[in-house]
Amino acid sequence: MTAADLAPEPDGLRDTGLDEATLRRWLARTWARPRGLVGSLSTVDHKVVARRYLVTAFVFLALGGLNAILMRLQLSGPERSLIGPDLYNQLFTMHGVTMMFLFAVPVMQASGIFLVPLMVGTRNIAFPRLNAFSYWIYLSGGIFAWTSFVLNMGPDVGWFAYVPLSGPEFAPGKRADVWAQMITYTEVSSLAVAVATIVTIFKQRAPGMSLDRIPLFVWAMLVTSFVIIFAMPAVMIASTFLILDRLVGTHIFNPAEGGDALLFQHLFWFFGHPEVYIIFLPATGMVSSIIAAFARRPVFGYLALVLSLIAVGFLSFGLWVHHMFATGLPKLGASFFTASSMLIAIPNGLQIFCWLATLWGGRPTIRTPLLFVLGFFFIFVAGCLTGVMLASVPLDLQAHDTYFVVAHFHYVLIGGAVFPLLGAAYFWFPKITGRMMSERLGRWHFWLAFVGFNAAFFPMHIVGLWGMPRRVYTYPVQMGWGPINLFISLGALVLFASFVLFAVNLVRSCSRGEPAGDNPWDAGTLEWATSSPPPSYNFSRIPVVTHAEPLWAERESMPVAEGLRVGVRELLVSTVAEARPDLRETSAGTSIWPLLAALAVGGTFLGSIFTPWAVVWGALPITVALIGWFWPKGEPEDES
Amino acid sequence: MRPSRGFAAALFLPAFLAGCSGWQSALDPKGPAAEELARLIWFFTLLSVAVWLLVMIVLSIAILRRRRQHSDPLAVDARGDRIARRVVSVAVGATGVVLVGLTLLSFFANRTLAGIGTQAAVTIRVTGHQWWWEVRYEDERPARVVTSANEIHVPAGEPVELVLSSTDVIHSLWVPNLAGKLDLIPGRENVLRFVAAEPGTYRGQCAEFCGAQHAHMALVVVAEPRPAFEAWLDRELRPAHPPPPGVPMAGQDVFLGRGCMMCHRIRGTLAGGTTGPDLTHLASRSTLGAGTLEMSRGNLAAWIADPHGIKPGVHMPVMGLGGDELNQVVAYLERLE
Repeated sequence: MTAADLAPEPDGLRDTGLDEATLRRWLARTWARPRGLVGSLSTVDHKVVARRYLVTAFVFLALGGLNAILMRLQLSGPERSLIGPDLYNQLFTMHGVTMMFLFAVPVMQASGIFLVPLMVGTRNIAFPRLNAFSYWIYLSGGIFAWTSFVLNMGPDVGWFAYVPLSGPEFAPGKRADVWAQMITYTEVSSLAVAVATIVTIFKQRAPGMSLDRIPLFVWAMLVTSFVIIFAMPAVMIASTFLILDRLVGTHIFNPAEGGDALLFQHLFWFFGHPEVYIIFLPATGMVSSIIAAFARRPVFGYLALVLSLIAVGFLSFGLWVHHMFATGLPKLGASFFTASSMLIAIPNGLQIFCWLATLWGGRPTIRTPLLFVLGFFFIFVAGCLTGVMLASVPLDLQAHDTYFVVAHFHYVLIGGAVFPLLGAAYFWFPKITGRMMSERLGRWHFWLAFVGFNAAFFPMHIVGLWGMPRRVYTYPVQMGWGPINLFISLGALVLFASFVLFAVNLVRSCSRGEPAGDNPWDAGTLEWATSSPPPSYNFSRIPVVTHAEPLWAERESMPVAEGLRVGVRELLVSTVAEARPDLRETSAGTSIWPLLAALAVGGTFLGSIFTPWAVVWGALPITVALIGWFWPKGEPEDES
Repeated sequence: MRPSRGFAAALFLPAFLAGCSGWQSALDPKGPAAEELARLIWFFTLLSVAVWLLVMIVLSIAILRRRRQHSDPLAVDARGDRIARRVVSVAVGATGVVLVGLTLLSFFANRTLAGIGTQAAVTIRVTGHQWWWEVRYEDERPARVVTSANEIHVPAGEPVELVLSSTDVIHSLWVPNLAGKLDLIPGRENVLRFVAAEPGTYRGQCAEFCGAQHAHMALVVVAEPRPAFEAWLDRELRPAHPPPPGVPMAGQDVFLGRGCMMCHRIRGTLAGGTTGPDLTHLASRSTLGAGTLEMSRGNLAAWIADPHGIKPGVHMPVMGLGGDELNQVVAYLERLE
């Protein structure tokens, strides 16, 4: 019997009392993903959108990695003339922009888009069309940036694009505009995801998932989303002011006309430092999930970890000036930011201690995901400690803008975010695809990545203290930096090779991996309660949560909630603190309008680097798209 | 000096621990500010290594220690967790104490640094340009003010004050053997104070990305005993020698006639441009193009013939001089000592 054979029933048919097979057929029909080209462009299923995000983000990771390899070839010896300064400056800018805005933030948010609705036991993310819209904006921003780069129009002002270097006088042409508008695309997309994530977590949790039963990964995504909402506007202002200076002739950053060059740095880093935590906090959630699953026990210090996440979220806004110690700020003010930068090490330290206590008190089984988490400890703790060094104003004056800083932030970002992310990839790949990744290739991948990473980045600490500034396309022979740079470049090649292996593993496992089953790791959170990959409706019946690790607590069968309609896309809305069932709410269906709206918005952003009138004329198609998007559906909403 | 660094880099860790002696290195301090900073770097590094080792040891034991097997992940050893809670609390407390200590240490180091060179014997105004340094020696007597480029001469053992600004984009002055870096920001003035404890030549370079040729924006600080410094300053104050007749004299005509003078100043001649570096005593400087090339006749000729081949993106145009003209200009410039 197929879905089409189901007898037409009134819209009001509920799942109460329906047998499992009928219920699944109904839900499959109601939540069906449309077919065909238009259908696949219209989908609003969070899992499909997340998969697209993840694939796109990993493509950008590969591109950003290629940038890095080219830079390392140029720097492998003194006075190489492989790449000139014009291309080199574009390469490091594109590397930074790609890794930060097109890989790290989106990949973390995408993990949240996939996992959060499953972990909280709901059928789709809140505002599914907004979520689909965010992907198209992100994709068009990425294509925009990389097309510009291919056309030799790539930004060449560094990923933080300080004025006046990026201003109208010193950056003629469109390169700096590409930077500024690329930021705008990614801001819009990550703000949209942040809003959807917060609402999903606050209002769509399965009954019984009170605040103290929310999985730590979900907490991490919640805090991250709030940080995004408060941090992104600052950079949005910075990039918009920059565009205005460049396009309309304002003088906001022009000291000759009463503007201020340092204002840009304040605005940028007010976003830029939280940005680091936007990337790192989701990774802590991944670490918590992986450690709990492989240490075979609930994470030690749940409350302490949640409070650390929130504390880090708040404190991350009080550190931005430590990126600006060399600008000659008043000494007392700078000392305040030393103290606040030191302070954030306390909640971060607490997290590390709780994880260590979990491993200590558990029964760890070493599989690839846990290997990557162990690598995370090794690298990230070192990165934290160099971070404490950089927090000290006087010490920073020697290390700032040298390879020491390059080493530091790769230790915290690759060690702190990419290693957990790779662990998470091995951990959740079975849930996403239904197949296991190869453990043997995974171990090779880990060891290559681990050795390559440390070989590439540890010596950078030293060459930085030896006086090598960052962002130089070459260096004189007599500086003596040649051999150590060659060593670094070889390490970078090994690291790159490890990612090639990872790609091979991903592709092979997609088709040839062992079937995974619902819960291959015997983990405790709700995403493992459904099939792998999950059906379009995630859960046939909404689970009722009685424990922070529901699958460990309810080994025999999970209690479930009933009463949702099966003929329309309906979600259970619950209360914020205790997750008591509150309302039934319809979830938006498939629609092509988010794509059209994204095209209209993207076209407006693109046009606005050429003429301010693009904002005026672009408003028309955006309006049309939004009218289509929000056209009334004639369905009642919010029934209790 | 250099080859030993190459060897050291092959075995970089021991070299690092030995404190590599380098030309441009924060670990080879040559003044009180850099010494204070190097001490701070070493202290933080050793403490960090200790903390890191401690965490790694605990992690290794946590992974490797033997334990009884349970099948139920929720069967947590309550007594073990109580102990863990105490240990974690102590660890967090210890972290706090260490961080407070480091904050205070950093604060006092900052105060020490602020006390260095407050009674400056020499004030020098350094202005950043894409991609060279304008260096003006200030004096109360206007006749004793002199402008040069890409080399900062200071009296050894005496406090020096550099007033930093920029006319275009943000640059950062960093001579790691002497002091930490400080930015040159258009529309603002920053003051960097240091003492070069012993005579010597210390290389530095721009540390804030400033465009195409950020990599070739170096300078040297030349510290000399007071009398040598005074003698140098007196020489620097003099206008350029008139060139001897013949080829050098013809070179001066080329310089004045072919547009070089629009950007460069040579005191004692009509050349008064200020867009590019002052060339009055060009030949007495050790490098060309802000540390891009060693000063030599051949390099000078190569530089003038095609600055973009050597420093792509540099603002100096190709003047399209003929072979003879090039020869003459080089003959003129190489005598500007």
